[in-house]
Amino acid sequence: MSTFPELTSGRRPVGVVSFAQYDNVRRESERNEVEMLMPVVAEVFGNIGITKDDVGFICSGSTDYLVGGPFSFVTALDAVGVWPPRAESHVEMDGAWALYEAWVLLQEGEIDAALVYCFGRSSPGDLREIMALQLDPYYLAPLWPDSTSLAALQAQSMIDAGMATEADFAEVASRNRRNALSNPKAQVAYDRSAAELLQEDYEVAPLRRHTLPPLTDGCAAIVLAAGDRAYELCERPAFITGIDHRIETHSLGARDLTHSPSTALAGKKAGVGKKKVDVAELHAPFAHQELILVDALELNDGVNVSPSGGALAANPMMSAGLIRIGEAAKRIWSGEADRAVAHATSGPCLQQNLVAVLEGV
Amino acid sequence: MSEPVTMMAAPMHLDFLFTPGVAQSKFLHGLEQGKFIGQRCPKCHKVYVPSRGSCPTDGVPCDEQVELGNRGTVTTYCVVNVPFAGQSIEIPYICGQILLDGANLSFMGLIQEIPTADIRMGLRVEAVWVDEADWGPTLASVKYFRPTGEPDAEFDTYKEYL
Repeated sequence: MSTFPELTSGRRPVGVVSFAQYDNVRRESERNEVEMLMPVVAEVFGNIGITKDDVGFICSGSTDYLVGGPFSFVTALDAVGVWPPRAESHVEMDGAWALYEAWVLLQEGEIDAALVYCFGRSSPGDLREIMALQLDPYYLAPLWPDSTSLAALQAQSMIDAGMATEADFAEVASRNRRNALSNPKAQVAYDRSAAELLQEDYEVAPLRRHTLPPLTDGCAAIVLAAGDRAYELCERPAFITGIDHRIETHSLGARDLTHSPSTALAGKKAGVGKKKVDVAELHAPFAHQELILVDALELNDGVNVSPSGGALAANPMMSAGLIRIGEAAKRIWSGEADRAVAHATSGPCLQQNLVAVLEGV
Repeated sequence: MSEPVTMMAAPMHLDFLFTPGVAQSKFLHGLEQGKFIGQRCPKCHKVYVPSRGSCPTDGVPCDEQVELGNRGTVTTYCVVNVPFAGQSIEIPYICGQILLDGANLSFMGLIQEIPTADIRMGLRVEAVWVDEADWGPTLASVKYFRPTGEPDAEFDTYKEYL
């Protein structure tokens, strides 16, 4: 008889049982999205000895804006091969939200395993401009405020509120890039002190180069499995004991950018504070955002935050959130952690946030 | 009172660098040499032209290159009678789905040298290429397809590709 972590009554135990990601690179100039995904999908199945015929549902996350091609998410399915026809869905969001949809379907009990994948290239266009198009189309998008400038406004408001200094941002960047040294998939990793990083020029004040995420082409995939099936595929599945996502208004002027109430609420609903957290993988593309997230999730000093280096190590669009879940799950599988928090974000300045709690038995 | 604003224009323009990928690059370089290059799935043995590098049925890489001939069959078609901005071909003209001999995937092509009233499913056609000096990594290397004069293909030979 398998044992499962304690769950909210009526919930089915669903665990992360396999994870794979592409070698995050600045520019993948040879392979197209399908050719990038194929080895990742093969690996995520190969890790646990299954094939596409063993999953009852496929859900993906991506956005056509990144490559400027319509329906790129449909052609991406060629990387899996969907014959005979099967249940499949897509979200125009980070793969973490695709995982959420798959988790919901697994709760219904009709299927026992699902594939989640996502892909995003930052190299085909000007990412800062492309990201402006996710803003409200009347008042903000026509001004083309780039994503780095918006993040800089957020960082500046933290400084103005007396919550943090540029040195604090540099500490976050320094620690994450040092963590990234032990992450073979990291794109940017180094051992440099905060004091050294503060010598850099401003990119957009108060943000210096080290506080920015790298521009990354990449993709990732996860297999979820429910109940006993999870144990058949994985010795110590990373069971999702709580998962929730919340969004704030699209009007940046109506938000307090120094706090993340959506993360705080999602974290509460996911049950982050119920027990001790060993590891938290946070999707903070800009260094200062990690401080906001740690605060919103009430993570104490004992929590190992983003041992992979987080999104500062590699930031493939639409994928860096799912990768946080995969990185958190890896630490449950290895026994390094018993309870991990994974976080994903979407939208400008941490507008929308997903929080998952993973536990091993 | 001024008139309420009922509409606003917010022009947007983005530039992208397109990455055709390994397989599609082979197809495009084939056009540069006046050839149609496809790829065969190692599992179901279907030949895709142009290939995106994966068998959409099996989800496995198609590594084997296959050079296809110049002839094929019209599986279905459309006669374009409607003018639109940027139209470069005189209407009416025929747009057809062409299944090259030996291929398991049809692609769209312009069909000329046949009155629009005579176009039909099963018509045998061949590619007419632009002058060799103008061959490039683009489907524009193919001027159009025209009837070969062979008897029409049997429906059974292309019914899977409609």
